Amino acid sequence: MPSLSDLKREGLLAPQQRPWPRIIVDEVLWSGAATSVAERRMTLLALWGEAGAVHMALLEQATAEVAVISLNCPSGRFPSVGAQHPPALRLERSLHDLFGLEPVGSPDSRPWLDHGQWGVTAPLGANTPSTPQPPYPFLPVDGAGLHQVAVGPVHAGIIEPGHFRFTASGETVVRLEQRLGYVHKGIEGLMSGASLQQGVKLAGRVSGDSTVAYSYAFSLAAEAALELAVPPRAVWLRALLAELERLANHLGDIGAICNDAAFALMLAHCGVLRENVLRAAAIAFGHRLMRDLIVPGGVRRDLGADGRKAIEAALVSIRQQLPALVELYDETASLQDRTVGTGVVSAELVAQYGAGGFVGRGSGRAFDARRQLCYPPYDQLRFEVPVLTEGDVNARVWVRIREVEQSMALIDQLLDNLPAGELLAPLPAIAADGEGIAVVEGFRGDILVWLRLAAGAIARCHLRDPSWFQWPLLEAAIEGNIVADFPLCNKSFNCSYSGPDL
Amino acid sequence: MRDLLFQGLFRRPHTEPAPALDPVAVEQLATSLGELARQRLGRSLSIREVDAGSCNGCELEIHALSNAYYDVERFGIRFVASPRHADVLLVTGPVTKNMRDALKATYEATPSPKWVVALGDCARDGGCFAGSYAVEGGVAAVIPVDLHIPGCPPPPLQILQGLLALLARADAKA
Ligand code: SF4
Repeated sequence: MPSLSDLKREGLLAPQQRPWPRIIVDEVLWSGAATSVAERRMTLLALWGEAGAVHMALLEQATAEVAVISLNCPSGRFPSVGAQHPPALRLERSLHDLFGLEPVGSPDSRPWLDHGQWGVTAPLGANTPSTPQPPYPFLPVDGAGLHQVAVGPVHAGIIEPGHFRFTASGETVVRLEQRLGYVHKGIEGLMSGASLQQGVKLAGRVSGDSTVAYSYAFSLAAEAALELAVPPRAVWLRALLAELERLANHLGDIGAICNDAAFALMLAHCGVLRENVLRAAAIAFGHRLMRDLIVPGGVRRDLGADGRKAIEAALVSIRQQLPALVELYDETASLQDRTVGTGVVSAELVAQYGAGGFVGRGSGRAFDARRQLCYPPYDQLRFEVPVLTEGDVNARVWVRIREVEQSMALIDQLLDNLPAGELLAPLPAIAADGEGIAVVEGFRGDILVWLRLAAGAIARCHLRDPSWFQWPLLEAAIEGNIVADFPLCNKSFNCSYSGPDL
Repeated sequence: MRDLLFQGLFRRPHTEPAPALDPVAVEQLATSLGELARQRLGRSLSIREVDAGSCNGCELEIHALSNAYYDVERFGIRFVASPRHADVLLVTGPVTKNMRDALKATYEATPSPKWVVALGDCARDGGCFAGSYAVEGGVAAVIPVDLHIPGCPPPPLQILQGLLALLARADAKA
């Protein structure tokens, strides 16, 4: 089965992609790469389409090398990756819905994003008027004493919409089947033809809780395509923004997970700490979620003395309060009874799915893009990547607690060593062509952005949310648990709906 | 745990004083809240939040309303689990085509009198997602809207000001 270097040798190198190569392959090599992924020699980072071609981003763990392979399919058909490697299934169903390309041999041909509501089929491909769709066929269930519970798309809490279908035997969940796509906004369609300014604005609205990470990844990809060097101060400020986002989200999650185990005290206290971070962000950067600050070329706003003071004050409040909260979490037997041993995901599954973030690192997968792909300024910063192996709700809480500590240490280093100088490099005056790819570690896991520029505008842009490879694992995690533990398991995953629905 | 609870007894609360009403919201509401409605609402609002296609940024700030700084429940504002218990639907996002039917069904399941608050720039006209094949438009493209709170996302204080204006109008002549 081909390795990355085999693919590079045997395929045809596309000239324009940076920083990692894109290799044009034939069907045999494409299927061979799918087998390599299924055999865990490589990890599938992303799989996306465009009119007449499919692309797959691959990571070789041993060498930390990334490459994209592309298969031209003028016939509109390509050998299914999902047939060999189940994590690719939802990605293939989506690209079929958007572009009309058919994965040959796929065991699951049901639509994913297309709910029959758009009025058209293959909106980014042939774009033809649609005919009414039959009702969505959920997986068949057969067995004595089984009953189904259908939830959503509108849920009871303040969360995003999605449909969950539980099959239970008494209290125990036998199977969970998810149906998502409700918040599909057609972002990839809006990207095509957009300017870089419009593009980065859209990227920052793919998943609001990761607005920094998305605009960061988009900007890195655009800068790679344009071969644009970013001023050092901007490079460091970007990491500061990213760590503040991680800090705020993890604090919110820790509280919210405990709250879903009916322990509201943690939510009350963590909620205050999260708010402290957001208020500091508002003072430092003018927006609580730090939206629209990272743009191709650099960052749009500098950190002043007030902002620095506000961030430092927020960190002081966390350092004062958090240890007592962690102790409370760890020593409250009734809470531990809910989180320890609940919603276990095996190391085997996270490796197969290449799941990132606290889901991967709570089950023994040590991947963190800041460390493995080592993009600046993280190559110059000291930090640890906490990894646990238990794979339960408790492990995912602890990964977050440890990452809060690491993020605070990173923010200290960033503030102490922030280089002076410019914030923004001007975009090249000549409208250039080129392709760029970037991976950035968001709070939830690694976000991948690939884009192609034609005459300075975006010809095609694909944004891959970490939740693509986490949602399916939630289906596995809940199996054998009781229905009442679902909110707890779900919150410990905290997958994005908007991110993968796009 | 005892220490934490004990500290809570003596520490000043985090909760901040109520903000002034948003004058723009007060004006918008003057036309949409009828006399009878004001009497029925009394001093409390039950809100059912519906994400009709948001990027989830608006949800983060709605959540923040419940933290100790804003403590929205002190004003009689509650988030409820079912539209059947709601006076107000608080709707976020551009309405996606895939959510249109669910939003309509939620609206129909809410007993009258009811109000719809559209939250965020997307909820006004689809924001930067307007024009997509997958987006219907703003909330008003699907159900009638009484109040719009702008922002991307609107900060909690601004959401609170809008909701308080709704309550105040309802209370004024009750
Ligand atoms: S208004 Fe802004 S924060 Fe709210 S859903 Fe739209 S893009 Fe997201």
